[in-house]
Amino acid sequence: MTDSTLLQAEFPTRTLTVALAGNPNSGKTSLFNALTKLRQKVGNYPGVTVEKKEGKMTAPAGPRQLSGDSQTEGPEVSILDLPGTYSLAVRSPDEQVARDVLLGLMPDTPKSDLVVCVVDASNLERNLYLVTQVQDLGVSVVVALNMMDMAERQGKEIDLEKLSRSLGCPVVPTVASRNKGIEELKKVILSAPRRGGERAWHMPPAMEECVAELRQLLMKEHGIGGRLAFSEAVILLSKEDLSNEPLAQGSPAVRERLSSLRGRLTQLNINWRSAAIEARYAWIQSILKEAVHQSVTRRLFLSDRIDLVLTHKVWGWVFFLGVMGLMFFMIFSVATIPMDWIDNKFAALADLIKEAMEPSDLRDLLTDGVIAGVGGVVIFLPQILILFFFIGLLQDTGYMARAAFIMDRVMNKAGLHGKSFIPLLSSFACAIPGIMAARSIEHPKDRLVTILIAPWMSCSARLPVYAILIATILPAAAPLQKAGIMLTMYLLGIFGAFAAAVLLKKTVLRSATPVFIMELPPYRLPSVKSVLLQMWERSFLFLQKAGTVIFGLSVVLWALMSYPKHSGDPTEALNHSFAGMAGHVIEPIIKPLGYDWRVGIGLIGSFAAREVFVSTMNIVFNIGNAGDATEPLLDAFRKAAWPDGRPLFTPLSCLSLMVFYVYAMQCLSTVAVVRRETNGWKWPLLQLFYMTGFAYFAAFVVYQGGKLLGF
Amino acid sequence: MSMILLSQMAPGQKGEVKDLSGTGDICQRLLEMGITRGAKVELVRFAPLGDPIDILIRGYHLSLRKKEAEAVVVEVG
Ligand SMILES: Nc1nc2c(ncn2[C@@H]2O[C@H](COP(=O)(O)OP(=O)(O)OP(=O)(O)O)[C@@H](O)[C@H]2O)c(=O)[nH]1
Repeated sequence: MTDSTLLQAEFPTRTLTVALAGNPNSGKTSLFNALTKLRQKVGNYPGVTVEKKEGKMTAPAGPRQLSGDSQTEGPEVSILDLPGTYSLAVRSPDEQVARDVLLGLMPDTPKSDLVVCVVDASNLERNLYLVTQVQDLGVSVVVALNMMDMAERQGKEIDLEKLSRSLGCPVVPTVASRNKGIEELKKVILSAPRRGGERAWHMPPAMEECVAELRQLLMKEHGIGGRLAFSEAVILLSKEDLSNEPLAQGSPAVRERLSSLRGRLTQLNINWRSAAIEARYAWIQSILKEAVHQSVTRRLFLSDRIDLVLTHKVWGWVFFLGVMGLMFFMIFSVATIPMDWIDNKFAALADLIKEAMEPSDLRDLLTDGVIAGVGGVVIFLPQILILFFFIGLLQDTGYMARAAFIMDRVMNKAGLHGKSFIPLLSSFACAIPGIMAARSIEHPKDRLVTILIAPWMSCSARLPVYAILIATILPAAAPLQKAGIMLTMYLLGIFGAFAAAVLLKKTVLRSATPVFIMELPPYRLPSVKSVLLQMWERSFLFLQKAGTVIFGLSVVLWALMSYPKHSGDPTEALNHSFAGMAGHVIEPIIKPLGYDWRVGIGLIGSFAAREVFVSTMNIVFNIGNAGDATEPLLDAFRKAAWPDGRPLFTPLSCLSLMVFYVYAMQCLSTVAVVRRETNGWKWPLLQLFYMTGFAYFAAFVVYQGGKLLGF
Repeated sequence: MSMILLSQMAPGQKGEVKDLSGTGDICQRLLEMGITRGAKVELVRFAPLGDPIDILIRGYHLSLRKKEAEAVVVEVG
């Protein structure tokens, strides 16, 4: 019998479900990508807001192909990437999900047949902690010993056989970022025993007795299995705050027993809070002492030397501000080259259609609606790529954690957590991933504050708006001044966000300043692949939005601006269109901010998504000026005037408009995400209301104040 | 040999964790991250603004605020 028929006999053609568990930064995502070759889909677990990543494992290359034996395919292997966690016990949403999935308690997610624990070989001690917790659940485990290259560079020699014997499960060395060990891991996944090993770590005898007693009670009270009951007993006994523990809350008997057991342990001078944790670490240390040899004694690793500079009192700030400055400068200088190219291509396409088709509504729809609309957004792709490139690079090198380390004191001033820095920084690209990244903040109120202020970080969808308005104010090429205005807009958003955070923390979301306990991972050379992959994934989302939402809105807006049909010159026609009417209706409201009804149309469109402003303006002014459809929007802006001939887009009204865009909540997708993340309409509606209200107020102050000062 | 708080250590100073006086989830988190009795700890540096701190524990770098570090008693030689 060949290997593969053996497999076939043991696991008939059903799907094998494999879960990937591991600490943050252990290389889980890289391993997942290597195993699935990107055949994956990303979703959400029902009811909670934790990302669910699923993929199909590609078949291992191996003896089957060598021997030419092709009839057996082996079982289909479905891989589930669990959220990265340090533990299963404290139960942040991420930990709860990881645990429920491993136990098969998560609706719509099959119980996993096998858990691959991804372990950072260069940081074994702490990484194995989670492995002991996973093993407690009685599931079958394979350890993927990742980052082997890093461990070698540290002079660590790991005896794989010994390690595997002590852990009681297969251990496969891998370097996920360079695809090493992946084939071997696949084979082990297919052949590993489908049962958990015995527990190998032990607590002090009195603690063991107490856990055993509690385990019996839990089995009786809740009808759960022995392994699960053991794992729960350890967690319950060690945990101070039982308010989130259904097994304790649901049963007075369990609560009574817990307090009597704790009393007993305290009398015996055993610290029930730490006994189990210490026992796990002691066991890990004893294994590592046998299996790992450090050939080089402790020296200053490269990463530590880099930190000497990058977290230095002076150089740390120089570097931090330098990186941020460079990022925004790139977005405004380098990006213009491909942007011009895209602009020309779309213009050429519109011309082509104009020549090829007879004048008709359909032709106008294509050129003035679809091409102008979508083109006006796609043009910002280069800037978005650069932004995501920087964010990916910062994350991949490990600098992001240093940024949180440096900024924590500042965030702390607003009652926030250094970790809020990452969601907030991501929000500069897009509030949606930013708000989702807030999941890593454990305390619910702090998470909520971060979510509520995140959309005030100027996202990339505002870039098109800022860019066109800045170009209107400063026609000449003046990259420094332009970057200066841009930076001001970003700072206004940041300032508003911090003020709001302080206010929220003092009022509706009053709570203590959150704790900050964060790993500083070693600096790593970024992997080109993973940075590019991230750029691609995010940009794809953006293009998808451009292709669907913005395409749809462009068509709808075009229709609103073209109908009902009105004879006469195009400006008149727009004036009498549905959109024109709506613009006229809100003109009295927005006039004090310095905008006319045409800008009003843009604002209305922007409530679906900010970037629609540019495409709407394209349509508004292309129609309104009856000019060439490819006439650049900028020229149109400069020519635009009030009925009395005063220019519409003065520097002051442009600034007022930019300030409005800084503060207004104009993104339906964000409202939807906040609703999902907060499980209700209360917070997103509050956010919509206070953000937009403040935007109106701030723009009003800028425009009227500026006029008073004589601008 | 003397006992001080983790938050009182000087950059570069090494010691051994003796006790964790905190309670609740924060204490559990610190324990789980490896700050247990007997573990070797080194205070590597303070953040540029003086808080949080960067410590080396069980071979990796962990950052925490001084306030949390006050719960950890360290024996320094
Ligand atoms: N040297 C080395 N680097 C690796 C290896 N595996 C992954 N990396 C890098 O480590 C970094 C973190 O990898 P990820 O795959 O994002 O880690 P993760 O566990 O998913 O981290 P989170 O997304 O924070 O949960 C990336 O820069 C990877 O390129 C490896 O085996 N060796």
